Amino acid sequence: MEIDMIDPFWLAVIGTSVLAFILKYLGHSVPKSWLSHPRILKINSLIPIALLSALVAVQTFTKDSMLIADQRLAGVGVAVLVLILRAPFPVVVISAAATSAALFHLN
Amino acid sequence: MSRVNRATAAQSLSVSLTVGAYGVAFGAASVAAGFTLWQSCLLSLLTFTGASQFAVVGVLGAGGSPISGIATATLLGVRNTLYGLRMAPVLNVKGLRRIFAAHLTIDESTGVALSQEKVGLREMRQGFWLTGFGVFIFWNIFTLAGALGAQAMGDPAAWGLDAAVPAAFLGLLWPRLINKSDRFLAVAACALALAMTPYFLPGVPIISTAFLAVFFGLRARVWK
Repeated sequence: MEIDMIDPFWLAVIGTSVLAFILKYLGHSVPKSWLSHPRILKINSLIPIALLSALVAVQTFTKDSMLIADQRLAGVGVAVLVLILRAPFPVVVISAAATSAALFHLN
Repeated sequence: MSRVNRATAAQSLSVSLTVGAYGVAFGAASVAAGFTLWQSCLLSLLTFTGASQFAVVGVLGAGGSPISGIATATLLGVRNTLYGLRMAPVLNVKGLRRIFAAHLTIDESTGVALSQEKVGLREMRQGFWLTGFGVFIFWNIFTLAGALGAQAMGDPAAWGLDAAVPAAFLGLLWPRLINKSDRFLAVAACALALAMTPYFLPGVPIISTAFLAVFFGLRARVWK
C-alpha cells in the first residue's frame, strides 16, 4: 500500500500510539541485572528528579518554545510558598490554580 | 492491593483530576486540528501521554505531514522510557501486568510514585497504579467531553489549570528535595531545560537533563 493511500490522520493516530507504547515498554524490559550496580541505581533514582524538575520549569516558563513569564509563574510561586508552609498537596494545587485564574481574568 | 495509604490516595486523586481536566483542552484541540471524535478518543486511549498527543495534533493542525507529527510526538515520549527504567524494579511485574504498567508509565504516575519514596515501597506502588488508572480514566472522559465541544469549559488557563499542573509536579518533587545535592540537581535541570528551549525541538530540553542526573550520580558515589 502506498503511503498517500492512508488517511494522514489515521496514520498519525496509529503511528504515534504504537511508538509511544514501544518507548514505554522498552523501559520496563531492561533486564534487572543491568540496573543492579549501585552507581547505576543512584543514577536511575536521579533521572526522574531531573526530568520532572525540567518539566515544571518548561510548563511554567515556556510557550511555543519561547520563554515567558505570565500568570502561571504567579501560580507556581504561590505553590512554592504554601509548600514551604507545609500545606497538604491538594491545597498546593488549588492555590496555584486560583492565583493563576485570578490573574488570567484580571488581564 | 492491601490497605491503601490515605495520603497517597489523596495525592493520586488530586493529580488525576487536575491533569485529567486538561483532557478537555486536548479533545477540543484535536477536533479543531481535523481529527475526528473517534480518532481524538483513540489518541487519548492508546497514545496516553499528553505532551505527545498535543504535539501530533499541533503538527497536523498546522498542515504538517503525519510523519513529522509522529516524529515530534515520539521525541516527547522518550522520557517515558526513562521513567520505565525507574518504575520497573519498583513494580516488579511480568506479562499482562507489565503491559498495563508500561501503558500507564507517564509523568504523573512516576511523579506520585517518587513522592512516596520516603514513605515506602508499598506506597510507591500504590501511588503509581492509583495515579496511572486515575489519570487514564479522567483524561479519557475529559477528552471525549472536549471533542464533543465542551466549549463551556473554555480555555484551561481560565481555570488556572495551566499553573495547577506544574504546581502539582512541584508538590510531588518537594519531599525529594530535602537533600542538598538533589535540590541542586533540580535547579540545574530547570536552568538547562529553559536555556535549551528556544533552540531545540520540543522534548529534547527535558530529556537532556538526564545527562545532568548521570553526572550528579557519578559524583554522588565519590562523596560517599
